[in-house]
Amino acid sequence: MSVEAREKRQPWILLSPALMAVTLLLLVPLAFIVVYSFWLRSAVGPDIQGFHPDNWQRALTDPFYRYILLNTLKIAAITTFFCALVGYPAAYFITRSSGNKLILLLLLMLPFWISYIIRTMSWINILGSSGALNTLLISTGITSSPIQMLYNEATVILGLVHFLLPFMVLNIYVSLDGIDTNLEDAATSLGATRWQAFLQVTLPLSLPGLAAGGLLCFVLGAGTYITPLILGGPRDAMFANLVFEAIITQLNWPMGSALSLLLLLVLGALVAIYNRFLGMSQLTKGLG
Amino acid sequence: MDNTKRYERLLERYRNGDLDRRSFLGLIGAAGVAYGVQTPFAKMAFAQDVTQVRFDGWGGVVSEAFRRHAFDPYTAETGINVVDGTFAGGDEYLAQVRSSQEGEYNIAHLSGVFDYARYVNFGLDVELNLDNIPNMELVMDALTNAFRGITPDHLSAVPYNYGTTGLAYNRAYISDEEIREKGASILIDPEYQGKIGGWSDWRTRLWYAALQTGQSPNDIQDMEAAWEAIRSHRDLALKYWGSGAELMSLLAEEEIYVTEGWSGRIAALQEQGHDIGYYDAPNSFGWQECLFVIKGSPVEACEELLNFMLAPETSIAVAEGQNYPPALDGTKVDLGDKIPTLPAYDPTGTLESLTFADPTYWNGNEAEWSETFARVQRGF
Repeated sequence: MSVEAREKRQPWILLSPALMAVTLLLLVPLAFIVVYSFWLRSAVGPDIQGFHPDNWQRALTDPFYRYILLNTLKIAAITTFFCALVGYPAAYFITRSSGNKLILLLLLMLPFWISYIIRTMSWINILGSSGALNTLLISTGITSSPIQMLYNEATVILGLVHFLLPFMVLNIYVSLDGIDTNLEDAATSLGATRWQAFLQVTLPLSLPGLAAGGLLCFVLGAGTYITPLILGGPRDAMFANLVFEAIITQLNWPMGSALSLLLLLVLGALVAIYNRFLGMSQLTKGLG
Repeated sequence: MDNTKRYERLLERYRNGDLDRRSFLGLIGAAGVAYGVQTPFAKMAFAQDVTQVRFDGWGGVVSEAFRRHAFDPYTAETGINVVDGTFAGGDEYLAQVRSSQEGEYNIAHLSGVFDYARYVNFGLDVELNLDNIPNMELVMDALTNAFRGITPDHLSAVPYNYGTTGLAYNRAYISDEEIREKGASILIDPEYQGKIGGWSDWRTRLWYAALQTGQSPNDIQDMEAAWEAIRSHRDLALKYWGSGAELMSLLAEEEIYVTEGWSGRIAALQEQGHDIGYYDAPNSFGWQECLFVIKGSPVEACEELLNFMLAPETSIAVAEGQNYPPALDGTKVDLGDKIPTLPAYDPTGTLESLTFADPTYWNGNEAEWSETFARVQRGF
């Protein structure tokens, strides 16, 4: 074999374990889900095999699914907005801090060491009727009886922001860390105030990181089902909850498959739009 | 015909020219393989050995009681290990079983007769030999008959315990008199808006909706009225709970004052000192749990384990741990001091005071009602 041919094959040999893993763990199961989505659930007993577009027809035309999907996208968008609002100053502070950057980054990663469910449930102890906040309000005389703060859409968003904030901060941090601080100094030396220098130099240069963090927060937020389950009220649900219920509670795997693919397609389309305008490379920087 | 004779006949045909050399050697080889597979060598095949049985249940104190009173003595006697798994809900577990290989899951502590029917409908049942489970003699007939209604010619499970889903209420805010007066309708009483809870289970929601609209839970005639009652409850409720732990937390923390609840969990709250009342309104939701043997399991080994689990000392220890009365007939077995005090306990052994879900009725409507509930829950 010539050196040229060997060099041509080498990347494929090196990539083969990853490709095999992606094929076996992602593409093959996905193919199963696609097949399942065209089956039909029977009233009792095994599903009816075949090619039936009924589930897709319902998923695409039923106003119930459309309402929940739009509500999911709305909650994910609000969550992303708050993550950006809270995450940017935090990332800026970490980038500009001198000496203790590593400790701050470690503190940022610390919540990942605790189970996501436990972190979400911790809000019950903070916002519950006999939680820390109500206890404080009552003991200081601000209120005489507990204020109902839990189990609504606001607490679902709060829980999601809590869960997703580190992803946003890390992405913005990576972006900000790559900006030469001399640029801000140059802007101020040319007469710009600190605020103007930030608005016209730093912020535009950090936008790719903000966008990458936004995409991650949005996609992860739109796909969650635990947070509304723990912190939501009776009506609060996101699209992933419908997938969970279809598969686990109703044992309607075909419908659950169609719904999960629909969510995948919608989020995939958003990622494709992001890639078209900003490119995926920023995402991998953030994750690195 | 023995193997020697078979060989001699093949040899004769070969010598006579009726069989070519290749076919002769092929048949001899095949005979050798068959011999190796089915005779003493087969006993050495690992696939034939039962080295472990998997049991899946609700975990916690129940699991500990099973380990101490049933699994360890069983392993000591048979040499078969019991792998102890847990699940959070019956629906989730059925999804796991359906997506697994046969034999991966063996015995499960399932809820309700409708779960038994669902497993049977999916072809996941086996035929138990009750002669291998002598402790079945001690079990209440009323519980076993419910399963026989679904599989008249065999049983794939043994009853294990029973309980009710009744009304649980905080006595600091709701008196015993008020709960008796209002019954299930207290769950749609606007006076308690924001302090009402409920299980996010479509069956329980519909069962209580039937009670709230004055209908029989096993024969709901006016479905629209029932769905309307569910909508009213949804709008007044603070939260649908999804697990026993969440139910206990909501009541104990006074997030809610009233909900329907599982008798055993409420008894546990009372044991902890919380002033939580429990009331089974007329036609309150009765249910039983069983130990179901899943298709593909080593049936004989499972039968022996079931017998250990049904032994009075194990059944009573588990019942005391989880606060649900055992399936054992109180008229045949001395159940000790605690069990007769448990909510839902029936000293007659007939269970006539409880109303159980008709599995044919509920499973027949499961597809439609579970989906409709998902919509109603979200405001549709």
